[in-house]
Amino acid sequence: MGIEGIGARVARKEDKRFLTGLGRYVDDMVVPGMKHAIFVRSPHAHAAIRSVDTKAAKAMPGVIGVLTGAELKNDGIGNLICGWMIHSKDGTPMKMGAYSALATDRVRYVGEAVAVVVAETRGQARDAAEAVEIDYEEMPAVTDAVEALEKGAPQLHPEAENNLIYDWEIGDASAVDQALDGAAHVTRMKLVNNRLVPNAMEPRAALGHYDMAEDHFTLWTTSQNPHVARLVMSAFYNVAPENKLRVIAPDVGGGFGSKIYVYPEEIVCLWASKKTGVPVKWVADRTESFLTDAHGRDHHTEVSLGFDADNRMVALKVDTIANFGGYMSLFSSCVPTYLYATLLSGQYAIPAIHCNVRAVYTNTAPVDAYRGAGRPEATYLLERTVETAARELGVSPAELRRKNFIREFPYQTPVIMNYDAGDYEASLDAAMREADYAGFPARRDEAKKRGKLRGIGMSCYIEACGIAPSQAVGSLGAGVGLWESAEVRVNAAGTIEVLTGSHSHGQGHETTFAQVVASRFGVPLEQVSIVHGDTDKVQMGMGTYGSRSGAVGASAIVKALDKVEAKAKKIAAHLLEADESDIVIENGEAKVAGTDRTLPWFQVALAAYTAHNLPEGMEPGLKEGAFYDPTNFTFPAGCYIAEVEVDPETGHTDVVQFVASDDFGNIINPLIVEGQVHGGLAQGIGQALLEGCHYDPASGQLVTASYMDYTMPRAGDLPSFQVSTTNTPCPGNPLGVKGCGEAGAIGSPPAIINAITDAIGNNDLSMPATPQKVWAAMRRNQ
Amino acid sequence: MSSGELEIGVEPTESFLLTTHYSLLTTSLIDLEEENPMHQTTYHRASSVSEAVKLLNDADDGKYVAGGQTLIPTMKQRLAAPSDLVDLRHIADLKGIEVSGDKVKIGAAATHAEVAENAALAKACPAFCHLAAHIGDPHVRHMGTVGGSIANNDPAADYPAALLALAATVHTNKREISADDFFVDLFETALEDDEIITAVSLTVPEKAGYGKFPNPASRYALTGVFVARRADGVRAAVTGAGENGVFRAEAIEKALSSSFDASALDGVTIPADGLMTDIHASAEYRANLIAVMAKRAVQAANG
Repeated sequence: MGIEGIGARVARKEDKRFLTGLGRYVDDMVVPGMKHAIFVRSPHAHAAIRSVDTKAAKAMPGVIGVLTGAELKNDGIGNLICGWMIHSKDGTPMKMGAYSALATDRVRYVGEAVAVVVAETRGQARDAAEAVEIDYEEMPAVTDAVEALEKGAPQLHPEAENNLIYDWEIGDASAVDQALDGAAHVTRMKLVNNRLVPNAMEPRAALGHYDMAEDHFTLWTTSQNPHVARLVMSAFYNVAPENKLRVIAPDVGGGFGSKIYVYPEEIVCLWASKKTGVPVKWVADRTESFLTDAHGRDHHTEVSLGFDADNRMVALKVDTIANFGGYMSLFSSCVPTYLYATLLSGQYAIPAIHCNVRAVYTNTAPVDAYRGAGRPEATYLLERTVETAARELGVSPAELRRKNFIREFPYQTPVIMNYDAGDYEASLDAAMREADYAGFPARRDEAKKRGKLRGIGMSCYIEACGIAPSQAVGSLGAGVGLWESAEVRVNAAGTIEVLTGSHSHGQGHETTFAQVVASRFGVPLEQVSIVHGDTDKVQMGMGTYGSRSGAVGASAIVKALDKVEAKAKKIAAHLLEADESDIVIENGEAKVAGTDRTLPWFQVALAAYTAHNLPEGMEPGLKEGAFYDPTNFTFPAGCYIAEVEVDPETGHTDVVQFVASDDFGNIINPLIVEGQVHGGLAQGIGQALLEGCHYDPASGQLVTASYMDYTMPRAGDLPSFQVSTTNTPCPGNPLGVKGCGEAGAIGSPPAIINAITDAIGNNDLSMPATPQKVWAAMRRNQ
Repeated sequence: MSSGELEIGVEPTESFLLTTHYSLLTTSLIDLEEENPMHQTTYHRASSVSEAVKLLNDADDGKYVAGGQTLIPTMKQRLAAPSDLVDLRHIADLKGIEVSGDKVKIGAAATHAEVAENAALAKACPAFCHLAAHIGDPHVRHMGTVGGSIANNDPAADYPAALLALAATVHTNKREISADDFFVDLFETALEDDEIITAVSLTVPEKAGYGKFPNPASRYALTGVFVARRADGVRAAVTGAGENGVFRAEAIEKALSSSFDASALDGVTIPADGLMTDIHASAEYRANLIAVMAKRAVQAANG
């Protein structure tokens, strides 16, 4: 295809406005008469609310309204839901505690919203928020999921005895136990996957506008899936019926999963707008983001991996405790189950796998999907365990992996997933070549002369993207289908608008999707516009998360393009007096194959709209829609190799080399794919080395509530990445694409930790591997 | 404007100055007016030390500000709410850096960036410039001042280690205070309420070096050690580690007094007693870092 089509390194169209400050985010939106909301939040991790007195606050200057949870309830606003039903192994449904958008009788984490103040200015709202008098009766708190399960732990929700939400399992426990009993070697580990704070560059924001004349609501919100937000708010929260609620997610500055969910603030802004009669805007400050954005990860896991005498894997047993925070967020339940345990086979042929997961309430912010969502947790435990096994068995980590790779496809794992295609050895070989794996000992010796401990570590990850076949996820408890929609509108003069149900908040859809369209008809990229993020413009869609936009969103566009092309060919055949099957559309024109008879693309479009000369019986117009429901997940995979140098005196780790070899199937825009990998790697290395969300165990206060204490990765913390791709096209979708948005965050943490533990000769190391922890681990060696 | 009063958020220019910490690039000045994350306060820009004292004494609950890199974020979090802010940063007498012979005098309102970039100082005491160049980020270095930093006496700030190791003198509008007496405890100095630091002075050391292990998140010193060899002996001061703020490390001074070489510190161990433990570093780890950073400081000094 041409220089702007599929496969071309096209610079992102949207970057012009982002880089020149012209992006339009929720906080840029101004509605006449708009006022400002500040939430009154719990300073306690766990407390009963005895009373909420708003009288003094209401008398403050500029205050328009002060609203409480009791009023919210009275108005029939529903509790927040969790959209994926998980059943415990005893058959009982998950135990979900009530989650009100504004707390009424109890608060369960620091930062939970209790009341909202609407005032003329944010400053006045802040002042009045301090005047809301809430009488709390403090209760003991528990922040650690393991402790929350223990006898005598503080109890959060009456519905969930012992704080246990569900006790779920997958796989054949007895087969696994039997195989482990007979194994020649079993590697056992206890691993913690550290809690992370998402930290999107743009904090969450909401602007709710109730139009009394039309009895209609509009919500501008920082959402990754505005249609899902509308559906949930109308079907479950009773804010307004769907036809009376428009949700707009304009430019959104990063999501990483944290903007999938419908949060209390959006619901409250809509409700408060009707209640107070003014449009209500709320924008989180950074502290609120730390306290209330859904956090990620936070698993405690015990794992056993058995090998036979020939070092082939025979069984994997996993027992995980997952921290859910004080309430169940919208998709929290599926993350440590169907997005986690189903990936535990990794790239390996493991005949027997069993995983048990206990989901637990604690007095912390709700936890939900965060870049990778379950798959980083699965990859971390599997890849650390495999690396450890290689050390215990005295074999090369690369060769142990190679020996156990799945080589025939499709491959049915013991944990639901059916891998459709892959070539894991190709990624491994490519990465080892790029990393000069064989030359490592010389580099290690050279580093030693400089007083540095150099280590190498690898990680061979697999993930499941393209979520998901609707019937399949429905049978597993999903409350929604996970198809995607598209509408392709060819305008009368031939320019094209694509309305997609996917949502771009950094992924570059305005460029990649346009490339897919431009490729199809050979029209210039600038003649293609992508429209998304507005429920009044775009047909129902499911949004963007789980690296699904290429595999599912673009596939829907392709399906719509098929229909447009078919009609365009009919029109062209009619006008060119040729047989429809002889018409080819390329390079911006329709032509009769093998002749010099052509018709410019815009004339085909024009003919469709003038309708002066269309085939008998054809409707005018050139606009087609499609819904695409995938037949399977897609399975990106790859191999990452990290090299680190540790300062033995301080424990400081430098990542000196990082090689990523990914198989994303076909690639629409390599430049954007590389950018996605770079960003993912930065987040993954951030998790491995720097980012650790810490609650004070006694008080339940979030200690790492700002950048003074929570370490985000900076450019200087990262090496220049060496990224490359291999390609086994995905057989399941028309473009052969797999998804690339999360791979970096999924594959990199174990590679980093494996490299550090190799460098220091001590495997007892948890993330984030801060200098202090690495130093302490080295000391334990002595 | 020399000393006029204004309310924060009303006058765009001053809002601009006071809110540089707060995503200026994306927030228009009009927005800042409505934003007003702090309690209402009144800003005064003093043009002289005496005017500053008067402004403070006239205020209900006033506070000096000299860069505001700690105070303003604290106010935005509503953890501090002074009725008035008296800005010392633009007082002409407090500006400037003078190096004459082996004497150095740094005006209290000199910014970290000015200290870092001063050519004469770089020649006289490069370690001092190096220290200033590694405070915070460019934003902070162009707003924060020497006087503001030492008056705040954050236990993880960099300057206190330099001043103590260099046996510097703190000049105020009332007296001269030796660094030994100036730094009292966490966020506590010998300053009286309305006392204003005008300058710090020091004698150029024979050799000096600063070893800093930054907190990975904040870039404050997780542990920093400033060593200086002077005619009257070796001094080594530690910041970021002590439970009571900056302190002199006797074991290090003793070892370096016999030989001002990193190898003299081999085998020197620092007890963890009296050192801070927090989520970033245990007392034991800080004790280790003191020894390591002292070595690196000496290496830098001998560089």
